[in-house]
Amino acid sequence: MSSRDTIFASIRRSMGVSGEERLRNAAVDDRLERAPKGIIPTRAQLDAAGKLALMIEKLEGVQATVQKLASAAEVPNAVAEYLRANNLPASIRHGEDERLASLDWGKTALEVKRGPSDGHDLAALSHAESALAETGTLVLLSGPDNPTTLNFLPDHHLVVLKASDVTGDMESLWPRIRKKFGKGEMPRTLNFITGPSRSGDIEQTILLGAHGPRSLHVMIVEG
Amino acid sequence: MSTVSTAHDFKRNAEKVIADGTVVKNLKAVRQNFIDKRVKAAQGLPEFEALRENAKEIKNHTLAHLDLYLERYEAKVKEAGGHVHFAVDAAEARKIALEICRKVGAKTVTKGKSMITEEVGLNEFLETNGITPVETDLGEYIIQLRGERPSHIIAPAVHLNKNQIESDFRRVHTHLDPNRDLTEKVSLLTEARGVLRERFLAADVGITGANFLIAETGTSIIVTNEGNGDLTQILPKVHIVMASIEKMVPTLEDVSQILRLLARSATGQEMSVYTTLSTGPKRMGDLDGPEEYHVILLDNGRSAMLGGEFQDMLRCIRCAACMNHCPVYHQIGGHAYGWIYPGPMGSVLSPSLIGVDEAGHLPNASTFCGRCESVCPMKIPLPKMMRHWREREYERHLNPALTRAGLGFWAFFAMRPKLYGLATRIGMKLMALASRGKGRFASLPFASGWTKHRDFAAPQGETFQARFKRERGTR
Repeated sequence: MSSRDTIFASIRRSMGVSGEERLRNAAVDDRLERAPKGIIPTRAQLDAAGKLALMIEKLEGVQATVQKLASAAEVPNAVAEYLRANNLPASIRHGEDERLASLDWGKTALEVKRGPSDGHDLAALSHAESALAETGTLVLLSGPDNPTTLNFLPDHHLVVLKASDVTGDMESLWPRIRKKFGKGEMPRTLNFITGPSRSGDIEQTILLGAHGPRSLHVMIVEG
Repeated sequence: MSTVSTAHDFKRNAEKVIADGTVVKNLKAVRQNFIDKRVKAAQGLPEFEALRENAKEIKNHTLAHLDLYLERYEAKVKEAGGHVHFAVDAAEARKIALEICRKVGAKTVTKGKSMITEEVGLNEFLETNGITPVETDLGEYIIQLRGERPSHIIAPAVHLNKNQIESDFRRVHTHLDPNRDLTEKVSLLTEARGVLRERFLAADVGITGANFLIAETGTSIIVTNEGNGDLTQILPKVHIVMASIEKMVPTLEDVSQILRLLARSATGQEMSVYTTLSTGPKRMGDLDGPEEYHVILLDNGRSAMLGGEFQDMLRCIRCAACMNHCPVYHQIGGHAYGWIYPGPMGSVLSPSLIGVDEAGHLPNASTFCGRCESVCPMKIPLPKMMRHWREREYERHLNPALTRAGLGFWAFFAMRPKLYGLATRIGMKLMALASRGKGRFASLPFASGWTKHRDFAAPQGETFQARFKRERGTR
């Protein structure tokens, strides 16, 4: 008997079931199919402007910095200014995302690198898939467009978020993910990111910049 | 067999900790840092109580259909290109992990924080077999340097202070300037970040636990604040997830409900910084991420808890609110419990997993104040289950002879109400006289087990029954 069989036999013996029961199987398939929503907090059930305002408030509450931009065309200058203000080299890395690649970087003096990080970049730029206003959480998806290493290795993580992509809560995100990848399918990695990295492991004092980025800067594009 | 336990020596362990005094001092700040923040976070979400009830229902439903959800989950992981391994016990889980590491010729393995790998004693086993495990959560890293186990399930080094950590860093990080300044906490953090960054980039395999497994998508979830769990799983060629079978939840919607409770109950955050959903290995065209994804599903005694009086314990999401609110934990810290899981959740879980013979003392480490149950996000009736264990311990004659004789003596009177009334009336009078009006005894014959650590309140000369009769008579 394989270990798999042993474990299933033990579970079924403890519960007095065979695994063949039609009703139990139907209950499971029904739940997986319907994916019922539970209790959705009223906090983020707001109109678009309300969600955006809550998103910004929550981001600031978790020590992220926020900047509003009228259009995506302003992103290159905003990145350059951020790097200058933080005394960082004029260099930025981003993935294959067309929304970033198509920007006019030539008008800045920035060195623009493409692809995943090997740990030697001080700053990286990603494009968020969505964001949850309820908690100020960014949603990032893995893939060549926005490699996951950019979210974790650089000291400074800059993220472009379209205001129209801000949603209220996780429950309103899942239909969007299912539409993009198919029901029951996921990208390799979906990151919920709520503020810069931190640790409370030394005398329970919260310190920023444990292993991930020390700073998280969100550029919200309204246009 | 799992990691070696000293739970049978619980009383002696606890006495040592109390006599030393460092732990209780280091745990002083737990009140403001965990308790007050949890209250604030819970009060900040009007739906918190309703979510607790719903989370309990979700997990009860999942446990009642665990075999079926495991099957669905397994199929989805395979569909995504991952591998699923089943491990009946700790030894098998260790062996599977080692085989995966050997197959890719791994020399070093980075680890995200995981209680399950502590439970199976993975680090020691890998080391014995020539593979270096590197804990990357700051707290876990610190205790690994000290050769200790976590004293808390989400804050493993909570029993230590800054000076202790500084001296460990100076002892181990000998390649750094001995005159460097480590007086600030942040310089300790920065030093660990630098040392571990090299380890992350060099590791061949990354091992994490899982806070949840999602049947709908074959996804594993980790919840962290540091980002170490993410660097552990995206940089090496191989990502191994080790998780116990009860981590299952049906859908993305279901886990969304429980995530609202987890961080609030654990650290008082609304969301931890990083909640990461991982499904299979990297996809065609991906430029980073692991080439292999393995899930090791561990039973180690859990399937036997289903359908019985301890099934509710399998709802636990390891938030640590119970230990943060436990007056016993605050006095003795986590190590005294002697095995992997401390505090109230450990006192219930440990006897199930390593036996009541070994861990039977733990359910006695409770004042039955009920705070653990009142803050448990999954509404686990911890005190009730500790009582169940006490009953079992008694039935199995595991109590000391003196306790049993004492209870027999008491039972003789308790079954004879008139005699009981007479004896207690005389006893109360005598004890009131003997206390000479001080109101307490610093020591009592036959009760040194009590008076060794605390005073015994002296009776006021009247029994409860007598007073009840008298006061009711006056109405």
